Amino acid sequence: MAADYVALLPAAQMLVAAIVVLVLDLFTPADEKGVLVWTSLAGLALSAWVALRFRGAEGAFGNTLLLDGFAVFFILVFAVVAALTILMSVQYVRESGIREGEFYVLILLSAVGMIIMASANDLILFFIGLETMSIAVYVLAGMWRSRAESAESAMKYFLIGAFATGFFLYGIALIYGATGSTHLDRIAEALGGPQAALLLTAGVFLVLVGLAFKVAAAPFHFWVPDVYDGAPTPVTAFMAVAVKAAAFAGWARIFLHQWEPLRDEWTPAVKALAILTMTLGNVLAVTQSSVKRMLAYSSIAHAGYLMIALVAGGEVGAQALLFYVVSYAAMTLGAFAVVAALKADDREGAAYADFAGLGYRKPFLAMAMSLFMLSLAGFPPLAGFTGKFYLFRAAVAAGHTDLAVIGVLNSLVSVFYYLRVILMMYMQEGGVEAKSFRGAPYLYAAVGFTAVATVYLGILPTGALYASLGAIASLR
Amino acid sequence: MSDPFFPVLVLFAFAAVVVLALLFIAQTVGPKRMTAVKADPFESGNPPQGDARIRFPVHFYLVAMLFLIFDLEVVFLYPWAVSFRRLGVFGLVEMGIFLLIVVIGFIYAWKKGALDLD
Repeated sequence: MAADYVALLPAAQMLVAAIVVLVLDLFTPADEKGVLVWTSLAGLALSAWVALRFRGAEGAFGNTLLLDGFAVFFILVFAVVAALTILMSVQYVRESGIREGEFYVLILLSAVGMIIMASANDLILFFIGLETMSIAVYVLAGMWRSRAESAESAMKYFLIGAFATGFFLYGIALIYGATGSTHLDRIAEALGGPQAALLLTAGVFLVLVGLAFKVAAAPFHFWVPDVYDGAPTPVTAFMAVAVKAAAFAGWARIFLHQWEPLRDEWTPAVKALAILTMTLGNVLAVTQSSVKRMLAYSSIAHAGYLMIALVAGGEVGAQALLFYVVSYAAMTLGAFAVVAALKADDREGAAYADFAGLGYRKPFLAMAMSLFMLSLAGFPPLAGFTGKFYLFRAAVAAGHTDLAVIGVLNSLVSVFYYLRVILMMYMQEGGVEAKSFRGAPYLYAAVGFTAVATVYLGILPTGALYASLGAIASLR
Repeated sequence: MSDPFFPVLVLFAFAAVVVLALLFIAQTVGPKRMTAVKADPFESGNPPQGDARIRFPVHFYLVAMLFLIFDLEVVFLYPWAVSFRRLGVFGLVEMGIFLLIVVIGFIYAWKKGALDLD
């Protein structure tokens, strides 16, 4: 019986870390909250270590919760992303009067949900993970209570999230009706036999819509700009990266792996979604006047790129997906970290004008931001280029040349608005004099780490590529 | 006709027809004599007093939430109590973990002052 729970350990460890931080927060005086940061980071590290240590352990609860290489890959991604989010939020949280302890606790709790999503081999369990993650993030979005936009963001996110949840649950119900199980292995077995085809198709598409809401694929993207714009910047980064990664983890395991036999049914839909998402995200990003909003639209566009990998499918597609998740995480987190660094006392310093002259005021931040922008636009030799290269290659290899062409054209459009940021930073005079940047060692650490990762993944992608391949191989 | 769910469809149709018919009859045949008393908002038979939109301390909301949490906790204890023997030590440990988490929530609420009623 004891061995049955090993696969649960990373999630359980994360939960324990969250509880420890919560209790610790109650008993530390206001000026010693730094210990909470370190405790959270230690908890994340321990969770990652536990996942690595017990990789390949026997599935828990009748194989509904797996700790295969695929789950471990995503657990590591979540742990690193959560750690970077915490690092970039320390200063931000203190300055905007957000309750520090609860902030870290909620990040850890949503990581628990994400781990369950990546490990779940059962639709109901996946749903539990999805909800654990989402509820924590709803609260996170509204943490800056004195700012009306933050409350608006949380409310909109909650309502849309609940709506999306309805789709997802209804899909599960229909699939259960068609196949008699919510266990993905049982469903896959039932796919071979006789089945209620219409019911199954409807269920699959409802699950698809539910996930499309979470990754903000057009036409289910309309909530993104307001929600991303209103939420505190570190939370926006967390939503744009970790939440999306978790949803794509589910997408990869459920659709690419388990529902491969149904590929002909869902591929056209995902393809249409991918084209629409890329195009809409990129075109609308052009017209934005706030960098944070621009990054919100850019995250929509990147969800579209990621969906190319789903359409391509197979080992190559899945590998490209996993690799792009990692590169996207590095460059997007970095970009949002720089936006977080520009925060003024009572407002976000996220307009294009706030970036004017940054190259002279803060050379390090400006250089890092240029790096992230170039990488997001897909310039070699940065992570974004390598990631896109593998995505488009997978698409061409699978015979979806049209998708690759549309993807490349979209990348061209994106160059315009990404370069505009760089233009503002180096070609414009001082502009609005942002407040003096108090030394924020944690934030600079996050920016530095993501910048190094962006370059590293671009020049030496082999390690991450092999890791992705190993993760995919463990699904079989 | 052979579908086993056909009677259900008939039932649905019948229910819809009855409801619509009753609504239609009440609307057309029934007399309508509106009086001041009838137009009043219903307050369990008492004469209505004041506006429904009054300010009340946000604390009620907090108490309601805490009540929900701890009430649910007790509800979860019942199924465990029923199958206590069958679950044995395993169930005891599981319940212990569950209670521990809830107690931590309680300590949190206490320390944060959610239980101060003033």
